[in-house]
Amino acid sequence: MDLTKETPKPEEKKKRKLRNDLILIGVLLVVLVLVGLAFWLFRGTGDTVIVEVDGKVFGTYSLSKNQTVEIHTGEGGKELNLLVIKDGRAFVETATCRDGICAAHAPISREGESIVCLPHKVVITVKRSENKVSEENVPDIIT
Amino acid sequence: MKKRTQKLALLGLFTAIAMVLAYVEVLLPPLFSAVPGIKLGLPNIIIIFVLYRMGIKEAAAVSLVRMVAVALLFGNPMTFAYSLAGGVLSLATMAILRKLDFFSIIGVSVTGGVLHNVGQILLAMFVLRTAELGYYLIVLSITGTIAGIFIGLCGWLAVKRVKWS
Repeated sequence: MDLTKETPKPEEKKKRKLRNDLILIGVLLVVLVLVGLAFWLFRGTGDTVIVEVDGKVFGTYSLSKNQTVEIHTGEGGKELNLLVIKDGRAFVETATCRDGICAAHAPISREGESIVCLPHKVVITVKRSENKVSEENVPDIIT
Repeated sequence: MKKRTQKLALLGLFTAIAMVLAYVEVLLPPLFSAVPGIKLGLPNIIIIFVLYRMGIKEAAAVSLVRMVAVALLFGNPMTFAYSLAGGVLSLATMAILRKLDFFSIIGVSVTGGVLHNVGQILLAMFVLRTAELGYYLIVLSITGTIAGIFIGLCGWLAVKRVKWS
């Protein structure tokens, strides 16, 4: 009989695994909250809203001007996301997609914040424009 | 032969329960409507239960059949791709962690919950070609951890109490 090599009792093993669980959950939550806080602290407010459809830029709009943008997608443009920019914040007023997740999303105004509509492949992102010239040269797609 | 038939029937039953749980989840009011996509992941109770009581192959079968059935009934190829990305990454990691025997069912469930989100967000980043979803992933990972604890506890109770001959 080999008495030097002890096999852990089931009870002890259970305890150790539960302790590992707690370490995992603790470390996970602390790291996630810290990374989230870092993101939160190091982003400024944006001034432009960029709308992308299927990876291509659909249009760029100023956050400082109140406006309404109709984002038509799908075959013949029958799908719609209605983007509203009001008081420096952007949000989706209504959408024809099934889940309506984009319309339920809170208004965005900070740099890097985004609203995503997966069914229509629409991504609305807040950016900070690097120079004034590019902002003025933005093509007006919706007229 | 009898054993095989019994197993097949059980797996069919579990697939059905997982689908019902997915439906029940839709009926629950959203926990925090400002951030969409936060879910408890109730069907994962079944996946974890089958993983612990029957094995990886059985859990994979139940998970896959559920995803195909849900996609055919309520979804489209895109929603199927999203559930597949989350499901495969999540189940593969849970199976490995279970083999390693380092965490209890709760730790395994937490990791599975977080990786389900990771898989879906990675696919969304790829499909939409945007890296902006990283912030969203952090929020979903925190809620995924909490949901994983709850699902793990439910799975643990089920593994302990549900018996069949």
